[in-house]
Amino acid sequence: MTLTVNDVKRIADLAYIEIDKDEAEATLTQLSGIFNLIETMQAVDTSSVEPMSHAQSVVQRLREDEVTETDQRELCQSIAPQVEAGLYLVPQVIE
Amino acid sequence: MFNASLKQLSDQLAEKKISSTELTTEFLKRIKQLNSEYNAFITVNEEMSLDQARSADQMIAAGQASALTGIPIAQKDIFCAKGWLTTCGSKMLSNFVSPYDAGVIERFNQVGAINIGKTNMDEFAMGSSNETSYYGLVKNPWDLSAVPGGSSGGAASAVAARLAPGATGTDTGGSIRQPAALCGISGIKPTYGLVSRYGMIAFASSLDQGGPMARSAEDLALMLNVMVGFDPRDSTSLQRKVEDYARDLQKPLSGLRIGLPKEYFAEGMSKDVECAIEKALDEYRKLGAETVEISLPNASLSIPVYYVLAPAEASSNLSRFDGVRYGHRAKSYSDLGDMYRKSRAEGFGPEVKRRILIGTYVLSHGYYDAYYIKAQKLRRLIAQDFTQAYQQCDIIMGPTTPTVAFNLGEKSGDPIQMYLSDIYTSAANLTGLPAMSIPVGFGNKNRPIGLHIIGNYFMEAQMLNVAHQYQQVTDWHLKSPV
Amino acid sequence: MQWEIVIGLEVHAQLSTRSKIFSGASTAYGAAPNTQACVIDLALPGVLPVLNKGAVERAIKLGLAVGAKINSPSIFARKNYFYPDLPKGYQISQFELPVVQGGSIRIQVNGIEKEIRLTRAHLEEDAGKSLHEDFHGMSGIDLNRAGTPLLEIVSEPDMRSSTEAVTYAKTLHSLVRWIGICDGNMQEGSFRCDANVSVRPLGSEKLGTRCEIKNLNSFRFLEKAIDFEARRQIEIIEEGGTIRQETRLYDANKDETRTMRTKEDANDYRYFPDPDLLPLEIPSMWIDQLKATLPELPEARRSRYISEFGLSAYDAGVLTSTRELADYFESTVKQLPAQAKLCANWIMGEISGQLNKEGIEITDCPVASIQLAALIARISDGTISGKAAKIVFESLWQGELNQDVDAIIETKGLKQISDGGAIEKLVDEVLAANAQQVADYRNGKEKAFNSLIGQIMKATQGKANPAHVNAILKKKLGG
Repeated sequence: MTLTVNDVKRIADLAYIEIDKDEAEATLTQLSGIFNLIETMQAVDTSSVEPMSHAQSVVQRLREDEVTETDQRELCQSIAPQVEAGLYLVPQVIE
Repeated sequence: MFNASLKQLSDQLAEKKISSTELTTEFLKRIKQLNSEYNAFITVNEEMSLDQARSADQMIAAGQASALTGIPIAQKDIFCAKGWLTTCGSKMLSNFVSPYDAGVIERFNQVGAINIGKTNMDEFAMGSSNETSYYGLVKNPWDLSAVPGGSSGGAASAVAARLAPGATGTDTGGSIRQPAALCGISGIKPTYGLVSRYGMIAFASSLDQGGPMARSAEDLALMLNVMVGFDPRDSTSLQRKVEDYARDLQKPLSGLRIGLPKEYFAEGMSKDVECAIEKALDEYRKLGAETVEISLPNASLSIPVYYVLAPAEASSNLSRFDGVRYGHRAKSYSDLGDMYRKSRAEGFGPEVKRRILIGTYVLSHGYYDAYYIKAQKLRRLIAQDFTQAYQQCDIIMGPTTPTVAFNLGEKSGDPIQMYLSDIYTSAANLTGLPAMSIPVGFGNKNRPIGLHIIGNYFMEAQMLNVAHQYQQVTDWHLKSPV
Repeated sequence: MQWEIVIGLEVHAQLSTRSKIFSGASTAYGAAPNTQACVIDLALPGVLPVLNKGAVERAIKLGLAVGAKINSPSIFARKNYFYPDLPKGYQISQFELPVVQGGSIRIQVNGIEKEIRLTRAHLEEDAGKSLHEDFHGMSGIDLNRAGTPLLEIVSEPDMRSSTEAVTYAKTLHSLVRWIGICDGNMQEGSFRCDANVSVRPLGSEKLGTRCEIKNLNSFRFLEKAIDFEARRQIEIIEEGGTIRQETRLYDANKDETRTMRTKEDANDYRYFPDPDLLPLEIPSMWIDQLKATLPELPEARRSRYISEFGLSAYDAGVLTSTRELADYFESTVKQLPAQAKLCANWIMGEISGQLNKEGIEITDCPVASIQLAALIARISDGTISGKAAKIVFESLWQGELNQDVDAIIETKGLKQISDGGAIEKLVDEVLAANAQQVADYRNGKEKAFNSLIGQIMKATQGKANPAHVNAILKKKLGG
């Protein structure tokens, strides 16, 4: 697999991280090396293996449908970048 | 006092030979004096620590003390602690004062342990040298030109430099064990699901596990007794009977079958490390254990599998850092998208960005099966290797790291070399097995060497027993760099 | 060229749990902004989700009600995208292995029954709200709604007109309320529809390129949006153009749909199983327990009303439009099993009309079913006329005389005169006083008969049983 600068830019865009051309090129070199390492996985035949998502084969525990949380707005918004009238402010959302 | 073990300090507190306030004051003083040398702590808050110490003294006076009451513990800055700046080593959280306590912090608070400060770490726990921290690199107390390891580098450095008798760490690919090895201390990553992940800032959710770092196995057992426990707020937290992890410390080791994976004793391990490990194994044979060669055929796949799964989960876990509700927001931006992109570009360091990009890529359309699913399948093969191996042995041993601590700056420009530091440790995270590192000597440039002990699921008490028996007949864990 | 419209619907039903799907924060509507957004909903660093049992139960109930397969295990996945109302930067949803798979819903359009197949129904969390009123050129984010449990119910593209789509949506709306999993409040956004619309030449097998219309929060908008969108697509194709697959928004003010985003710049959502959540296993015992709590479903009731009470399909459909209405009907008819049709007429007529007029629900109806039954009993036993019954009903509605039907009839003197002798005497008197009209009638003027009836009724202040009057008068005049 060969990565290109455009791939790097595309994934940076998906990840919402600004990246300039020089950074993208430097990143490309590093990512290419890492993907060469990752590619060694392909040598193993796994066609009859089930994927493993969790270390333990346990099942989801369920919570009773009860309200347990109280209003913590003041505390939580004390660390927010910008709030007004109890709302988090962001640059205009355009739909 | 600073050379006393956590257990000894605990006894002194119980015997009222010293108060928690005095103990806390002394450690705070020492941190104030020496932290500039190691940069092991990001945040120290004397007032909050002393408040806790006073409460602890009341608990002791009221006869409500347990082993860790009044003991200063250094908390890795990945654990959210209410009212404490909690940065996770990142600029992104440079202004994040947590409004809530992590499950682990709550458990320490409940027994009256003292939060003596928040330790430095690789940014978002991504690193093996503690050089990716936004708050500066951490130095190895054994050699100030060496890395302490990572990501729990601040914790390891603090314990080694006697700035705290015990510390918490987290381990996603080796982040407790590798710095413990490199700083000559002991550290254990328990079975996945034993220590609550609630409030422990997520790197890779299916691999992350918190655990204690201290100077001896006995101290680890005391800390583990506090840290392990079911937390209903973490869906992956296991509901199990409460155990005393110190219960088997004194058991003799005769008949113990130690498995030695031939893949771990092959190329890659440096001579000094090999020599120290062999000596440690000899010691175990003297203690009555036998060693058997075992095989973990897929061992070499741990690193590639790890570097698909961990970044994949991380890329998604770190999406919440967007500058909307907390954390860093760029000063100037043109619109919403630009605010996101700039805040994240400014708030994350290069290694974090690199891993987010890897993770985003392996999950993206058209690559998911080839990378993510493939890695999950290999993860199962790796786990099966261990299941097989445990039919021939009780416990597995090998080196924690291929070499002693490398020099600061030595690998920071070469991510792949850095990633290979976790070559022996990441399998325990992929499988969820408990694993620990204990000091077994010194190698090149008189830097510490760690023995890696991998147990079967839920065999922490046995592992601590195995480590403790070694520490009864050796004194590597008592060596001090200061 | 004749065109066929092909429609599939995705309905987001907000589940009526007290707390959120992954946190213990309240789901109550209308709280001050961000007062019901806890640290988990805000996606603070380190927080984790734990699944709400109540949400799963409701999903299973829907699955049972539509005859679907309940998957076990079922898996939660992360859908990754950035938006300020999505605090984690991903939505916890289900991708592979949703809780509910398959099933179907039968709808009645113009008396014809049609089966709409369901693809799946999956659990997911709702996002917060962006408020666009101006905060110095910024938007405000309220995360109270973030984490509210949703069941996304996806249909196959089985509908062929906006009428079918609306009927399906209404049937589903009724069903989710019927089984008590969603309050169905569309103003509050508890039941929202997205429509996938495409067109193709009639007879063609191949599906056309579809557009997804979002933001349809009323049945009327759903209908209008589909009609507009189908016309738009047909026009484009007829002018030689092609349809671009995209997401469109319906603008109710302009009655049109417009582009929201095209497929090309749509996100790559990077779905993967959420490592914070484990596989959800649903033991068959749990399913059986829930099955036992399910009420008789609307479809079953509808056919029972037809077979057991002899109602028309239309009447049975109207009466089963909500569970409360059906329950009201049943408790009325239980007291008058022989008068089912009369009960149906009263409920669909007077009761519904009055409820509509006052804008209240059947559950708040001031006339209890037992009182309505008492009233209908007095009609059917001839005590009062239909006209008088309306007066009694009005009185019941107003809560007069302790809502005692007989007391109202007595007090208002509404009892019919059904005594044959008394009526005969009256008829004789009227005939004697109206010799001219009697003569007219006998000369073939049919109208004169009605006039005589009117005279008799007037003389009795409308209390005479009209059927009796009619019969007696006919006999006398014929004699």
